[in-house]
Amino acid sequence: MSKNEEGQEEAFVSSKAGKSDDKVTSTNPYAGLVNRLRASWLAGKTRPMEYRVSQLEALSRFLDEKKQSILDALAADMRKPPFEGEFAEILLVRNEVNYAINNLSTWMKDENVEKNLVVQLDSVFIRKDPYGVALIIAPWNYPIHLLLLPMIGAIAAGNCVIIKPSEISKNSEALISEMLPNYLDKDCFAVVTAGVEETTKLLENKFDYIFFTGSPRVGKIIMKAAATHLTPVTLELGGKNPCYVADQCNLQNVANRIVWGRFFNAGQSCIAPDYVLCTLETQEKLLPVLRRAINDFYGAEPKESPDYARIINDKQFQRLQALMNGGRVAIGGQTDAKERYIAPTVLVDVSTSAPIMQEEIFGPILPIVTVANLEEAIDFINARERPLSLYAFCDNKAIHQLLDRTSSGGFCGNDTLLHVSLVSLPFGGIGNSGMGKYHGKFSFDTFTHHRASLLRNAGLEAINRIRYPPYSDQKMALLIAAFGVKRRGACTLM
Amino acid sequence: MNPYAGLVSRLRAAWLAGRTRPMEYRVSQLEALGRFLDEKKKSIMDALAADLRKPCFEVEVSEVILCKNELNHALSNLSSWMKDEHVDRNLVTQLDMAFIRKDPYGMVLIIGPWNYPVQLILVPLIGAIAAGNCVIIKPSEVSSCVEKLIAEMLPSYLDKDCFAVVTGGVKETTELLENRFDYIFFTGNSSIGRIIMAAAAKHLTPVTLELGGKNPCYVAEDCDLQNVANRVAWGRFFNAGQTCIAPDYVLCSQETQEKLLPALRRAITEFYGANPQESPDFARIVSDKQFQRLQALMNGGCVAIGGQTDEKERYIAPTVLVDVSISAPIMQEEIFGPILPIVTVANVEEAINFINARERPLAVYAFSSNKKVLNEVLKQTSSGGFGGNDTIMHMTLITLPFGGIGESGLGMYHGKFSFDTFSHHRTCLLRYTGLEKLNEFRYPPYTQRNLALLSSTFEIKRKGSCTLL
Repeated sequence: MSKNEEGQEEAFVSSKAGKSDDKVTSTNPYAGLVNRLRASWLAGKTRPMEYRVSQLEALSRFLDEKKQSILDALAADMRKPPFEGEFAEILLVRNEVNYAINNLSTWMKDENVEKNLVVQLDSVFIRKDPYGVALIIAPWNYPIHLLLLPMIGAIAAGNCVIIKPSEISKNSEALISEMLPNYLDKDCFAVVTAGVEETTKLLENKFDYIFFTGSPRVGKIIMKAAATHLTPVTLELGGKNPCYVADQCNLQNVANRIVWGRFFNAGQSCIAPDYVLCTLETQEKLLPVLRRAINDFYGAEPKESPDYARIINDKQFQRLQALMNGGRVAIGGQTDAKERYIAPTVLVDVSTSAPIMQEEIFGPILPIVTVANLEEAIDFINARERPLSLYAFCDNKAIHQLLDRTSSGGFCGNDTLLHVSLVSLPFGGIGNSGMGKYHGKFSFDTFTHHRASLLRNAGLEAINRIRYPPYSDQKMALLIAAFGVKRRGACTLM
Repeated sequence: MNPYAGLVSRLRAAWLAGRTRPMEYRVSQLEALGRFLDEKKKSIMDALAADLRKPCFEVEVSEVILCKNELNHALSNLSSWMKDEHVDRNLVTQLDMAFIRKDPYGMVLIIGPWNYPVQLILVPLIGAIAAGNCVIIKPSEVSSCVEKLIAEMLPSYLDKDCFAVVTGGVKETTELLENRFDYIFFTGNSSIGRIIMAAAAKHLTPVTLELGGKNPCYVAEDCDLQNVANRVAWGRFFNAGQTCIAPDYVLCSQETQEKLLPALRRAITEFYGANPQESPDFARIVSDKQFQRLQALMNGGCVAIGGQTDEKERYIAPTVLVDVSISAPIMQEEIFGPILPIVTVANVEEAINFINARERPLAVYAFSSNKKVLNEVLKQTSSGGFGGNDTIMHMTLITLPFGGIGESGLGMYHGKFSFDTFSHHRTCLLRYTGLEKLNEFRYPPYTQRNLALLSSTFEIKRKGSCTLL
């Protein structure tokens, strides 16, 4: 029997036991910072529960004391209405801080597990260990929420953390980098402000966990960088979230909920309904109720409404403006480059090959794509990348059909966005829309290494003898009796 | 044109058609795996004997029973694992259904290593099937007899539309990895782990990497050293040391070393006799390349026990080294063979510092009759898993997760953790269509009053916080 030379080459390449972060030279601008935080981590600063609670409480104080500054920064960045800022960026974050503080001692406890015969007298449990130094990279659309929410999990789990807010939401970035460090222990937590080039340099360092929220394109770059250090990642990405609507009596309610989800934050939400799928007939009924909802929410002239945000920057504005060419404007369509205003817009007669149906819209434009029936809607959805969210406004039977036959990060029937507001539900994508999940306890678990622990009795050696050589059938029979897991309900016919 | 594109498409089509979803289907495939293990047991034993001269007892214990346990556990629990998991609701969602749906990922790729070539392919496969995926498995070409057995015999037990075996070396694996998978599960070494993860990044494919490292084994002065020697020798020399969670090296004081050596000598003799080469209970090294690598490693210290080798048989005696050079290759790479170096340290603090100065291993072991010492080592180190007063055993418990950290891997499996690894936990909220009035306070036009109402319904208060009146 001959051995394949190539096969042997592949099978075992000696892996260096020395620290792999030796590769990052001291010329890396962030090496010093990372080393400093790692030293704090190794010294055990972030481990005690009291410490973690104190840092979380400090986060809470930041949210309270700097509330106005936060709302002002969000207004400066994307004219986010204070109501939206307060709800989505402050309240939801404070909820998570409180939830974590309330539950931390339970989450941190060693988790005892069921024992088999062999280890009856031993301690068998899962120890919740921090990873070490975590890096959190946040996007610009909910620049406070999407930075602090993962950070809550990382702190609760006992890690040191470097956070990198988005340079695109520059007022929020400035606020975070100037004000947040005063609240947290500078030995263990740091803010790095950086553009693309600097972030690339930052990623050359070894982190023990990387949490990224952003686009799939950049997600791939992050994961590739993480691979060089075997760093585990959570990637919260995006996609085109389909919204299936069947004809029904409460179409105004449907329109309200869709309009709310689509135009909140001027459409700049990863979980916003991206496009509607319905029959031509339903479309005809949907348009007037959508028009009414938009009117009810933002008035006849949404540009004058204080409750409607703006596009984050010129680049995004121009991109969105161009996307509108992919269909016919049925509602809205007005834009103002000076204010980066795009009216709440609904498109019909949409070309599925146009850019608007190829990329995540991430703006206040809602295309309607007509399909013949539910089957066609399911096929349409399944022919495309798996989205972060899937929405369905239809009867129970159709909802279950959609749920059973599609795949997505999350699913919400008869509403939009709300499925991410429950701390007891995990939030994460699948395929192109991401990997991993967080919120509530899922955040703690994401930033925790679940360490299997078995503490055995030092004595009672006689029991162990059945596993030692010299091997015998008798020992085998005893081992099987001690170790074997039977199938429940399996019985021996006598 | 990628040589595997057709195969991957075919399996993906079966996945999209929903073939692997029904519980009855998954149960039937798992039962078929059970029949494979029963009916082909002799062939499995023969193949493992040919590849590694693995003793039948070891095959039964580490390759067959472990798989059957996982199968039975999955079959016993599948229906409850698959159920929608209902979660706590808040005020706003009281009338709604809020649950976590366990969705399969879709197309899974499992790449196995050569040391436990049946277990380390089938146990992940069990999880992938239980979770409703289609699976391509790629057994290691290094354990070529087992590879052949799996490629020739396993497909006839499983649904060929949904499960396939791919054989090959580096070239074929690279080509396979160019295809898009929905989950990749890899067991092997860290260097290849990096390559796998980088390939997965191109398609944003989530991965579990079960890698390796140098598992330290601290022995305190207060132990019954014969027990320690038995348990360490068992862990180190099982499968001729070719085990990812074997104790890789011992850390102890000079004094303890002096007492440990005779105890180790005695354990080895009791297990394998005066001449282990003649024992039917001691395996061989899998290949010439590995054999030569291990032979060279022995230069890193003085042979205190064993040291004999036989190239023809790829036999390396159960060996213990002392006076080990920390900078020698034997202390730089995972040994993965029947050689146990002893490194002397002054005390437990020095041992902990030694461990923490190195990459995080798959397992940390500590032996002490004082629970405080065990807990200290557990607390002050970081590793995939931890064993106090024994080696390897923590991975035999189906209720404990098995996985690494840092260089030793990411992700975990075994038991329900396997099912969870290969499942996407899909958040589902099914809302009530009416009661629109309740929604109105979240809609524009925004008012302070509405914000206050929204806050009070959504708010999570800090427990124990009260308002002083």
